[in-house]
Amino acid sequence: MRAMAVAAASLALAAAAQQPPRPQPLLAGTTFQSPEARQMQLDDFANPGLLWVERGQRLWSEPRGAAGKSCASCHGDAGQSMRTAAAHHPRYYPAAGQVLDLEGRINRCVTENEHAPALAWESEELLSLAAYVARQSKGAAIDAPLEAPARDLYEQGRHLYFERQGQLNLACTNCHDMNWGKTLFAERISQGHPADWPAYRIEWQTLGSLQRRLRACYFGVRAELPAFGSQDLLALEVYLAARARGLELSPPGVRK
Amino acid sequence: MILGRIQVPPNVRKGEPFEVRILVQHPMETGYRRDLNGQAIPLHIVDKLVCRVGGAEVFSAELGSGIAANPYMAFYAMADASGEVEVEWRDNRGETGRVSAKFSVA
Repeated sequence: MRAMAVAAASLALAAAAQQPPRPQPLLAGTTFQSPEARQMQLDDFANPGLLWVERGQRLWSEPRGAAGKSCASCHGDAGQSMRTAAAHHPRYYPAAGQVLDLEGRINRCVTENEHAPALAWESEELLSLAAYVARQSKGAAIDAPLEAPARDLYEQGRHLYFERQGQLNLACTNCHDMNWGKTLFAERISQGHPADWPAYRIEWQTLGSLQRRLRACYFGVRAELPAFGSQDLLALEVYLAARARGLELSPPGVRK
Repeated sequence: MILGRIQVPPNVRKGEPFEVRILVQHPMETGYRRDLNGQAIPLHIVDKLVCRVGGAEVFSAELGSGIAANPYMAFYAMADASGEVEVEWRDNRGETGRVSAKFSVA
């Protein structure tokens, strides 16, 4: 009986460890944007991110690499095959033996199946494909599975999220859990959800990935920037996806 | 070929203004910036955009280095007969782009 109680308690603990503290209520990133930026994101013509979606749609059926295959050769109509795909990333791929985010997953297809050189981070081609694939998940609720290897990354991401960093000595949680909704200089602090990425950031004058946005936060607190595709950024992506579970995706976003 | 988008209402009324919206994908690099290594980034902008309906010019724009990346333009036009709005532009490197959209007058 006692053993059972201990087992139940440890199960409850394990469950609690998987339940990150979340802001209540969970609010989408657009909530914290100016009315103009929000309008721009909702307008299916004025949203500049859709230029990348359109380019991605063309790239989807363009063969590349030695295998002479395009994305469409295997995945067919993205509207069908990629529906809600972005909502389930980052996730563990047993065949790859690693956790991949959406960009990583696309690049794995490019190198393994199309036999083409990997697309560079933040290259027009990778951003376009990621935007196109992510767009197919518009309206889907974030639900990234936390299987064993992903759970390790989750723990690592959780640690990073609460760790103070940089010359300003700030952790993610200091802004995005404790002070969301308040004004920082000319910005309203968001809850830091990954639901609208890749997004067009007006400051960048281009579309950018979630990893680029995370690096911008590192820069903001004057910490050393982790490299694109590094374990740290991936771990944060895993943690943020778990933290935003249930939130509706609406990529590509528009941010100031 | 530079990517662009155009939006025109498919059905318009004779003599009533309708909105034409254009979005061009372009970095619009000002020529005043330097990269991380201190090298000057050369000017790269769309400098001329022309919009025609049935061959007649209805709108044109000369964009400068002060225009933001991925320029968005909107204007109003009127038509007496059905036709096609054609938009063409070229950048300072000689690259061009073109989009068009048909509309019918009711």
